[in-house]
Amino acid sequence: MAFAAHLTAPAFKANAKEALTDAQLQSALHGIETGIVDRRRATVAKLPEFDALRDCARAIKNHTLAHLDLYLEQFEAKCRAAGGHVHYAVTAEEARAQVLEICRSANARLVTKGKSMIGEEIAINDFLEQNGITPVETDLGEYLVQIRHELPSHIIMPAVHLTKEQIEADFRRVHTHLAPERNLAEHQTLLTEARVILRDRFLSADVGITGANFLIAETGTSIIVTNEGNGDLTQTLPRVHIVLASIEKVVPTLEDVSQLLRVLARSATAQEMSVYTTFSTGPRRAGDPDGPNEYHVIILDNGRTAMLGGQFREMLRCIRCGACMNHCPVYAAVGGHTYGWVYPGPMGAVLTPSIVGIENARDLPNASTFCGRCEEVCPVRIPLPNLMRHWREREFERHLSPATVRSGLAIWAYLAKRPQLYAVAMSLFVLGLGLIGKLFPRFRWLPLATGWTRYRDFPASQLQTFQAQWKRRVRTQ
Amino acid sequence: MNKDGMETPGALAQERPRVGLFVTCLVDLIRPAVGFAAVKLIEDAGCAVEVPRQSCCGQPAYNSGDRASTRAIASQVIAAFEPYDYVVAPSGSCAGMLKTHYPELFAGDAAWEARAAAFCAKTHELISFLVDVRSVSKVAARFEGSATYHDSCSGLRELGIRAQPRRLLATVEGLALKEMHDSDVCCGFGGTFCVKYPDISNAIVAKKAEHIAATGAETLLAGDLGCLMNMAGKLQRLGRRVKARHVAEVLAGIDAPAIGER
Repeated sequence: MAFAAHLTAPAFKANAKEALTDAQLQSALHGIETGIVDRRRATVAKLPEFDALRDCARAIKNHTLAHLDLYLEQFEAKCRAAGGHVHYAVTAEEARAQVLEICRSANARLVTKGKSMIGEEIAINDFLEQNGITPVETDLGEYLVQIRHELPSHIIMPAVHLTKEQIEADFRRVHTHLAPERNLAEHQTLLTEARVILRDRFLSADVGITGANFLIAETGTSIIVTNEGNGDLTQTLPRVHIVLASIEKVVPTLEDVSQLLRVLARSATAQEMSVYTTFSTGPRRAGDPDGPNEYHVIILDNGRTAMLGGQFREMLRCIRCGACMNHCPVYAAVGGHTYGWVYPGPMGAVLTPSIVGIENARDLPNASTFCGRCEEVCPVRIPLPNLMRHWREREFERHLSPATVRSGLAIWAYLAKRPQLYAVAMSLFVLGLGLIGKLFPRFRWLPLATGWTRYRDFPASQLQTFQAQWKRRVRTQ
Repeated sequence: MNKDGMETPGALAQERPRVGLFVTCLVDLIRPAVGFAAVKLIEDAGCAVEVPRQSCCGQPAYNSGDRASTRAIASQVIAAFEPYDYVVAPSGSCAGMLKTHYPELFAGDAAWEARAAAFCAKTHELISFLVDVRSVSKVAARFEGSATYHDSCSGLRELGIRAQPRRLLATVEGLALKEMHDSDVCCGFGGTFCVKYPDISNAIVAKKAEHIAATGAETLLAGDLGCLMNMAGKLQRLGRRVKARHVAEVLAGIDAPAIGER
């Protein structure tokens, strides 16, 4: 399969182990916990109706999903009426072929790219390169992961796993035509260097590819939300603009989008509004000062229709803000690359198995403490822990969970269903633990619990369970 | 009846509501003191306590994707606790399972949906039962020293338990509460998570241990024994002197050795 090159989700545990001992990564991750969570809380606190807006956002998405066919058709009609082209792609392969065909008919050699998670999902950069076309990411974070041949580690902060020192080293490694003694020690000088490199690409690109945060059915418009302005230069300067979107990006009206934008920026970056919110409707019209000659929207399915009719439908409400990963203790510990594909964190733990198959992402829905912080901050109220639990149920049904876990669970469940027998078994267990406990107040090693005792002590018990002690107390009263 | 000076609405013996104590398996096995503390607090709040034969709420099966076993265990719990006016558990996690997830398990099941809903309506986590249901506003306990309180996730996010334990702790004589940074962030326990992903769990609890130690508090309190065992075990492994106890023990004035101590 096409995603195989970048799919390391099956090695989640090994990825995690590596991430936990990577000092540079750990220092980079520290920034998420200390910065964005507090800033979001402060921004949200300034908007008393934020929770009401979240309900509203959920309702808009639910309504759209219930009538998705109608709104997609409306979008298509309006987009065509404005002179745009709409292409549906059932699979990633189809979407790639459509991009390539458009690029070829434009004789494209250089393609600039705004940030697009669908672009990552279909691995468009690798594919264009294989076909002799050079893609250049223009979002700074995406540019960094591109020159490092990595996937983004976060859906809105692609290079959040990197430190300033790593970026300096990468720039010196790749931009060899620049003076070696230049200062790259400051954030500002790094930014200036990226700007110099990218400015030239913007002006010479043949095709610009962007994502879409939303597609508006009533006007046939695509919207991108950015902070660097690179998206605008990507979509207005080249001759051809390709929008990579997916079916659940459509919303009915401009009014709906303005509601969604209010929760998106606050949830994503703690901004009241992003720096640029750009609406594109069709190609350049007569009299427009700029804009592309051709405007294409590719709408990808890639498993989403199947989600629509099943247990994971609510995941299609996701507006890709990243708040779930910003608030996830597991993500904060291991970073996004550990999840082993395009979408990390809690939303990835639900979405990735839907796209690549649960057999390729077994650990993702399991590697959660179910602390519920993701659901608590989700702007469209996706019950992420419940959806992860549904994946665990599928794994259990399909015997995909590890044999040791299954047999341990089976023995325990056998007892738990028989409280009398359970009492006998647990009395024996507690007696054993309690007798050894007479010598030690806690254990540094326990058989069958080494996952626990490798890192922490385990307390000894008393000689009798509470229920046994209670029974004795009731008898003697 | 009102021997510890607690408010006991409807204090006549014959009017006392019957509470079935859901002990929770960890308290049953590892720390009976929490169970006895719960009994004392519930009795002081004017209720009669009984402990029907029980095993577990079924959460380990539920979160491992074994829905059939979970339903078998849940239906047995619902039946065992049907005679009582209330079901009370000294754990936000188990109470969350009973109150939030049991109704989901039986949704659309003609035979069980109504029984699950009735069970859900009368089930409470211990501290919220005391404060929100029995209107307890103070306890007659003494505890010399400083403590910090960790908000366990299920209690906090599924049941809204945040103010209640702090309100009662404020009435414990001699106790100084010192809030830790990120008290509402997960400790990394997560039930079976901590043994399925021990490396990640360790990274999370190590961070939590730093925040606990940074308060300088002598005692760590929380409302869930699983989280407490995780944090206590980590603090002990790191050589920290912080003592961990269930919040009910302090509120009930029960003086058992701290978790993993003698």
